[in-house]
Amino acid sequence: MTDANLLLFLVLLPFAGSVAASLLPRNARNAEAWLSGLVALAAFTITAFLYPAVREGGVIRREAQWLPELGVNFTLRMDGFGWMFSVLITGIGLLVVIYARYYMSPKDPVPRFFSFLLAFMGSMQGLVIAGNLIVLAIFWELTSIVSFLLISYWHHNQAARDGARMALTITGIGGLALLVGLMLIGHIVGSYDLDVVLASGDKIRGHELYSTALVLILLGALTKSAQFPFHFWLPNAMAAPTPVSAYLHSATMVKAGVFLLARLWPVLSGTDEWFFLVGLTGMATLMLGAFYAIFQQDLKGLLAYSTISHLGLITTLLSLGSPLAAVAAIFHMINHATFKASLFMAAGIIDHEAGTRDMRRLSGLFSFLPITATLAMVASAAMAGVPLLNGFLSKEMFFAETLEKHHGSILDGLAPYAATIASTFAVTYSVRFIHTVFFGPKPVDLPHEPHEPPHWMRLPIELLVLICLIVGIVPSITIGPYLHTAVVAVLGSETPDYSLAVWHGLNTPLIMSVIALVGGTALYLALRRYLATCEDGTPFLRNLKGQRIFERILVTISWRWARWIEANLGTRRLQPQLRLVVFAAFVAGLVPLFRGGFRLPNVSFDGLDPTFAAFWAVGIVCALGAAYQAKYHRLAALILMGGAGIVTCITFIWFSAPDLAVTQLVVEVVTTVLILLGLRWLPKRLEEVDNSVRPMDRMRRHRDFGLAVICGVGMAILAYAMMKRPETDTIANFFLENAYSEGGGKNVVNVILVDFRGFDTFGEITVLGIVALTVFALLRRYRPAADSVGVPEQQRIQNMYDDARPDREIGSTVRDYLMVPSVLMQWMFPVIILLAAFLFLRGHDLPGGGFAAGVTMAIGFLLQYLGGGTRWVEDRLRILPVRWIAFGLMAAAVTGLGAWLFGMPFLTTYFQYTEIPLIGKVPTASALLFDLGVFSLVVGATVLILIALAHQSVRSYRVRASEAAKAEEDA
Amino acid sequence: MELVLSLGIGVLVASGVWLLLRPRTYQVIIGLSLLGYAVNLFIFSMGRLKSNAAPVVPGAEVDPSTFADPIPQALVLTAIVIGFATTALFLVVLLAARGFTGTDHVDGREPER
Repeated sequence: MTDANLLLFLVLLPFAGSVAASLLPRNARNAEAWLSGLVALAAFTITAFLYPAVREGGVIRREAQWLPELGVNFTLRMDGFGWMFSVLITGIGLLVVIYARYYMSPKDPVPRFFSFLLAFMGSMQGLVIAGNLIVLAIFWELTSIVSFLLISYWHHNQAARDGARMALTITGIGGLALLVGLMLIGHIVGSYDLDVVLASGDKIRGHELYSTALVLILLGALTKSAQFPFHFWLPNAMAAPTPVSAYLHSATMVKAGVFLLARLWPVLSGTDEWFFLVGLTGMATLMLGAFYAIFQQDLKGLLAYSTISHLGLITTLLSLGSPLAAVAAIFHMINHATFKASLFMAAGIIDHEAGTRDMRRLSGLFSFLPITATLAMVASAAMAGVPLLNGFLSKEMFFAETLEKHHGSILDGLAPYAATIASTFAVTYSVRFIHTVFFGPKPVDLPHEPHEPPHWMRLPIELLVLICLIVGIVPSITIGPYLHTAVVAVLGSETPDYSLAVWHGLNTPLIMSVIALVGGTALYLALRRYLATCEDGTPFLRNLKGQRIFERILVTISWRWARWIEANLGTRRLQPQLRLVVFAAFVAGLVPLFRGGFRLPNVSFDGLDPTFAAFWAVGIVCALGAAYQAKYHRLAALILMGGAGIVTCITFIWFSAPDLAVTQLVVEVVTTVLILLGLRWLPKRLEEVDNSVRPMDRMRRHRDFGLAVICGVGMAILAYAMMKRPETDTIANFFLENAYSEGGGKNVVNVILVDFRGFDTFGEITVLGIVALTVFALLRRYRPAADSVGVPEQQRIQNMYDDARPDREIGSTVRDYLMVPSVLMQWMFPVIILLAAFLFLRGHDLPGGGFAAGVTMAIGFLLQYLGGGTRWVEDRLRILPVRWIAFGLMAAAVTGLGAWLFGMPFLTTYFQYTEIPLIGKVPTASALLFDLGVFSLVVGATVLILIALAHQSVRSYRVRASEAAKAEEDA
Repeated sequence: MELVLSLGIGVLVASGVWLLLRPRTYQVIIGLSLLGYAVNLFIFSMGRLKSNAAPVVPGAEVDPSTFADPIPQALVLTAIVIGFATTALFLVVLLAARGFTGTDHVDGREPER
C-alpha cells in the first residue's frame, strides 16, 4: 500500500513543485534550481526505493475511481519497464536541472522555465506509469503541451514560436489519432485497464478493427518520436533552450512514441501490418535521419537528426517482432538517452562559451575546452558505436537482429545493408562533430573567448559519460539486472536468453561494425572539404523541406480555404443568417416527423370553452398587431406585446400552473418598464409613404412572410398533435409522490426548483447574476447616439409651458402630474414588500416562491423610482443591488455546501418540523434558505438592470449640463 | 381547448419569426419576446392541459394522475426569468450598438440604396 501511494506521490510531486516554482521571484535562479533539484532528487529516490517491488515481473498498482461507469479510472501502474523510464526521467531530470542552473542567463525569467520543466517531469512520469489507456492519453497530451511551452520559452524569437507551433500541431494531431486508437483498443478489449489490455493480445490482433486501431496508434507514436515523414518538427524544436533539447527532445519525450510501441508490443506486434508499417517507417527514418545529420551546420541540428535516426533504429527493432529485437530496442532506449543527453549538454556548453553553434565557424576548441572536448568525444564515440561504450552493445544486438530471418520478405533481406549504411553515416556525423569543433586551426572571430564552464555545469555530462563507459565495459554487472527487470515487464514469459557481453567472438555483426567505422571515417574524409563551407541542409534534398510542405498545407487550410469559404458562403449581414437559422430549424423539425410516419391528428372542438377562445382571440390580435406595429409605433407594439403576455398568463392559470402565472405577471411588468426605459434612446421613425420599395425588398418580405407562416403552421400542428397524444407515465409521478416526504414541501414545482433540481436552479441564478453584471458593465461606458442626447420632446413641451408662465418654475409640471400616483406608490411600498414576503414564505407549500417574490420586491423599488424620480429615491434609499446579488449567490452556495458537513452530496435538503410557540408545528427546510438566495439574487439582478438603464437619463442630463457650462465659458 | 392553444402558439411563432427577420433592432426584440411566449407555452403544453389540478399536493399520499405535470412548469418558470434577463441584455446591446454606429439597423449600418 505504501508503494502504491508513493506512485501517486511520484506523479503529484513534480506538479506541486511546478506550482511552487512559478511563484518564486523572477531572478531567483538559485532558489529555483534548489527547488527543482530537490523535487527531482526526491522523485529519483522514490523510484529507487520502489525497485524491489518491480523486480522479477512485479507490478505496483494504485487505482482511484474516476469515471467507473465508462471504465476510466485514475490507475497508476509501475512495472519494470515503467520503472526504467522513471529512472531516466527523474535521473536525467536532476542532471538537466543542475545544468540549466548554469545555462540560463540571469536575464531569463527562470520561474517560467523551471515551472514548465517540472510540469513536464510530472506529465512524463504520469505517462510512463499510467495504468489506464485514457489516463495515458491525457498525460501524453500534457507532454505535448508542455513541450510547446518549453520550445517557445524564448518567445520573442520567431523561430521559437514557429518551432513550437509546428511541434504542437504535429504531435497534437498524432495525439488525437492516438486517443481514438486507444479508444478502439478499449472497445475491442472491453476495458481501458492496461493489465487487461496486455492480456488480450490475440483478441486484439484477431479483431476486424485491428488495422484501424493500429494505424491510429502508430500515427500517435510515430509523430511523437519524430519518425519519417513526421520527423521535421524535431529539428525545428531545437529553438528551445538546450537543457530542454537535452531533456525533452532527446532523452525523454521523443522516447514516448517508442515507449508506447514497446508497451503495446506484446499485443500489437507480430502481424504483417505491424511489420511493414513500423519496419518501413523505422528503416526510412534510420537512414534518412543519419544522412541528413551529416549535412547539418548547426550543432543542435546535427544532434536532432541523429536523434531521429536513433529513434528510427529503435522503431526498426520493434518492428521485427522477435523478443530478442525487443530486448535490443529497450537497451538502446537507455543507451541513447545517456549519450545523447550528454552530447546536447556539451553542445550547449560550446554554444554558451563560443557564442555560436555554427560548425563553419567553430574549430580548434580543444585547447580552450579540453575537458568538455574529451567528454564530448567519448559520448560521440558511443553515438557512433565504438567498442567499449554502451552504444556499441545495442548496435551489435541490432546488427545481429537484422541478420535474422523474421518475415521472409524483401524488407528482411535489405535490413542488414540498411543497418550498415545508416551506421556508416552515424560514424561520419560523429567524426565530423568532433573533428570540426575541437580540431583544426584556431577559431577566428568568435563572439567571445571560450573557456571551461563552471564545474557544476560539466558535472551532469561527466556522470552520463561515466555511465556510457561502465555500461560499455562491464554491462552484465551494471545495467544487466535492471535491463532484465524492464525486459521481463514487457515480454513476460517470452523473455529470451541473451547475453550482454562486449566480446561475442568474430562474427558478422562485428564485421558490419568494422565496415561502418572504417567506411564512416573514409566518407568524412571525402566530404570534409565540401562540408566545411557548404550551405546548411542536405544536398539535392535541400528544397524538399518537410517544414515548407507543412507550412504550405497550413496556409492552404487555415487561410486560403477559410477565406474562400468566408467570401463565398459567408455574410456579415444578420438577416440572411437568421433566415438560414430559422429555415434550418424548420427543416430539422420537419424531417423526423416525416421519417417517423407523422399523421395529422383529427381536429376536434371538444370541450371548447368560449371564454378561453375569446381570450385567445384577443391574444392573437395582439400578437399580429405587435408584429405589424413594431417598426413605426413602438409604444403600441409594446402594449400589444404585453397583451399577448397577459393572455399567456391567463393560459397558465387556466391549466393549473399558478406559479407560472404569478411569475409571468410580475416579469411582464418589469419587462414593460425595461423596454419603456429603452425606448427613450431609440431614433425617431416616421411612417413614410413608401413608393420606393424595390422589387427585391418586396420579394424578401414575401419570402420572410412565407417562412413565418410555415413556421407558425408547423408549430401549431406540432403542438396540437402533441397535446392530443394520450398521456404516458413520466418521471413527474416520482416528483409528485416524493415532494412531500423527501422535499418537505407541498408545492411540487417549488420543491423541484429548490430541492430535486436545485443544482440547475443554482446554475440559472448564476446566469442571471452574470447577465445583470454584464448589463451594468455595458452601460457604464454607454454613449448615446447624437440624436438621442437632447431632452425628450415631451419634457421640452412641458418646460416651455412652465417657462411661459411667471408663477411656475421649470420642472413643476413633471413633478405635479405624477403627484397622485407617486403618493400612492409610496404608500404601496410597504404593502408590496409584505406581498413579496408573503409570496416567498408560502412558496414551498403554495404557489409563490423565490423567483416571483424577488421580482415583486424589485417592482416595489421600481415604483418608487417611477413615482419619485431617480434622485428623490436615491436621496432616501440606498439599494446596493450588487450586494443583493452577492448575498443571493452566497446564500444558495453555502446552503448547498452545508450538506457536505453532514456527509451528503451538494445541495441535499434537510428538513424537519419545528415547534414555534402559538403557531404550532411548521416544516422548516434548508431549501427555504436556498430559496432566500434565489430571492435575493433575483431582486438584485432585476433592480441592477433597471436602475442602470434609468440612470442613463440622469447621466445624459449631466453631460448636457457640463457641455452647456463649457459653451458658456467659451463665449 | 387544445385547438385554441395550438392556434395561439402558431400565431405567436409566426409573428415572432416575422419580426425576427426584420431589419430594425426593436422589431427583433419584440419578435424574440413573442417567440419566448410561444416556446414557453409549447413546453408547458407538453405536460398536457388539465384544469383545476395545480401540482400542490396535500401530503405524502398522492395519486399522480390527478395533478398537472410539474416538470414543464418548473422548466418554464426559470425560463421566464432568464427570458427577462436576456431581453434586458439584448436591449442594452442594441442601445450600445446604436450609440456606436448611429443606426438601429441590425447590421450596424443602413442598407445601401
